[in-house]
Amino acid sequence: MPEDAATPTVTPTTSTTATDRPADLVEVVSGVDVIICCGSGGVGKTTTAAALGREAARLGRSVVVVTIDPARRLADALGLVDGLSSEPQRVPNAPGELWAMMLDADEMFRSVIAEHAGDAEQADRILANRFARSLSGSLSGTQEYMATEALYRLHDDDRFDLVVVDTPPSRQALDFLEAPGVLTRFLDHRVFRLLMMPTRRGLKVINTAAQPVLRAIGRVVGSDVLADAVAFFQAFSGMEAGFRDRASAVDELLRASSTAFVLVASPRPDTVTEAVWFAEQLERHRLAVAATIINRAQPVFGPGTLADACAGRDAAGDDVALAAAWEQLIEARRTAEAEAAEIEPLVAVASGAVSVIVPLMAADVHDAAGLDAVGAALMGSAGMSTDPVGR
Amino acid sequence: MDPLSGLIAPHVVIVAGKGGVGKTTVTAVVASAAASRGRRVLVVELDGKPTLGQWLHGVDGVEVMTISASEALDEYLRDQGFARIARRLSSTGVIDVVGTAAPGIDDLVVLGRIKALERAGDHDLIVVDGPAAGHALTMLTAASGLGDSVDSGPVRAQADEVRALLGDPTRCQVVLVTIAETTPVNEIVETAFEIEDRVGVQLGPVVVNLVEPAAIAAGRGPERGDDEPVAAEVVRAVDAALHDGRIDADQAEALTAVVEFAATRAEMQRTELARLRDRLALPMVVLPALAGSDHIAALARWLVEDADGRGATDA
Repeated sequence: MPEDAATPTVTPTTSTTATDRPADLVEVVSGVDVIICCGSGGVGKTTTAAALGREAARLGRSVVVVTIDPARRLADALGLVDGLSSEPQRVPNAPGELWAMMLDADEMFRSVIAEHAGDAEQADRILANRFARSLSGSLSGTQEYMATEALYRLHDDDRFDLVVVDTPPSRQALDFLEAPGVLTRFLDHRVFRLLMMPTRRGLKVINTAAQPVLRAIGRVVGSDVLADAVAFFQAFSGMEAGFRDRASAVDELLRASSTAFVLVASPRPDTVTEAVWFAEQLERHRLAVAATIINRAQPVFGPGTLADACAGRDAAGDDVALAAAWEQLIEARRTAEAEAAEIEPLVAVASGAVSVIVPLMAADVHDAAGLDAVGAALMGSAGMSTDPVGR
Repeated sequence: MDPLSGLIAPHVVIVAGKGGVGKTTVTAVVASAAASRGRRVLVVELDGKPTLGQWLHGVDGVEVMTISASEALDEYLRDQGFARIARRLSSTGVIDVVGTAAPGIDDLVVLGRIKALERAGDHDLIVVDGPAAGHALTMLTAASGLGDSVDSGPVRAQADEVRALLGDPTRCQVVLVTIAETTPVNEIVETAFEIEDRVGVQLGPVVVNLVEPAAIAAGRGPERGDDEPVAAEVVRAVDAALHDGRIDADQAEALTAVVEFAATRAEMQRTELARLRDRLALPMVVLPALAGSDHIAALARWLVEDADGRGATDA
């Protein structure tokens, strides 16, 4: 981060070093190498990641946005008519150098296996295995793991100086932080140890069948399925060290001060609760939240208060139409007050972080103009909150 | 017919939809409404979050139950006579290994539990707060996927029974939830076709949640734009009040902005509701966006009392 001598004074509330916390999102997107957008599903993470990417590109950075959401939302919004691919694509008509890609967890898994395999033959043997093929789709946390792997590779790629990651909508928000170790933890399972026990050549399956745990698994899922699993673990032999090394490198990248975590929520109790919990987990991991973003908030209309609006309605007398307008303003301000109370816990827990509120737009955000409106709200450009209709 | 009857026609109702559209809200509302009609309702939630338990706490006739995949697998193994093994499996975290060896087994055992609850017959209605849309498809296809790859044994038997439940429209249906915005409408249409093609489960009415009251003209179907003149009339009244000096310029600007914002959103939602009706040959149930802490009870009343077809329209 440039000019880090001019440190803004913030109250350090935790053990996290709060010395160079940014003042706004302009500073965040200008100063870090990696932005990770976290939050529960449906809060607008993908849109936020795309809008942050566009704004960073506008500020002159070479940005790549990685999304996991298989929906066409991001591709459409960015104007990529053919959709996103698993290779970064340059976004045409972007306000700067912007790239985008969609994670294909399955393809990334194959690529990771190929990278760590001793030779092509070992990679082929693993990838031909039915157990391996289902691993990337069914082991919980694999998608997050592949997302961190993509992040690591893109961070190393000279074409980009900022990587923005849209994390998968996790059932467990922490999955992403623990993702780099997901395969190594899997390999550490006791059953795996049993499967890897040195035995006489060719007799492993018979030998494992003598283990009660494995015999039970075999009876439940079928012995051919178990044989696939055994073959997978055998084929994997010798690759663990490479996976472990990479896991710690990725972990280091996630913890680097040049990596910013951005929490996205909507002004609803459940998503705020999840964001608060995630903020606490980050603090526990000695990681700081760089920013909290509340999407789809009630827009603010005019400078007055709820009481002013109530007084206005009372003064409208028998002008029914005017009273109806005041009623709508009362409803809007009442909602805004309720939302302010709902997001309070998140603002409190991430007290040193940038806090941004993006108002609900009159139209669905699904094109460049929509992303620019969100981007302007994120970056704090003037004029947003006073004209949410966008006219 | 009132909107509720179509939603709760079969014994098991699985509610599915993308994150943020209010799937859990719809689950709670359908359960409360059915209970108010005297049904004994069981709500099943799958992600271990306390929300449904809190929202439905103290509602007469509604029970809430959590089914987690690892517990269901554990119980399944016990039922199969592997009690000792099940204990060791859980303690070593091997459920991941089993889940990977037989992808979908976690989803299958969860559906198996739901099927057993249906068979037990202690409730008139089981409402399942299903997983988010993408995962819902994976979950619903788990039975056929596993059934195809496992030839015999307990897993195969379980898969066959779950397939029978899903394939019988008198026993089970899926209710999709969305909101009246462009991308969510596109996504729900895609999901509906995929579920029909790949699962063969009955699709119930589509619930459109969080619709601006202004987009639901009183006494009429939601697609009619009859309140459009009303917004224009209100704006004219604001102009007149500014002209007469009854309100100042700041007030006039705020009032005009709030009225136009609501009208723009209502118009967008009417367009999207019409598009959804065009593209999906399914009945539609519209739920209004309501503020306030008692929105579950209010929406449940809307479903039950709304017998004139205000919120529900047939395709």
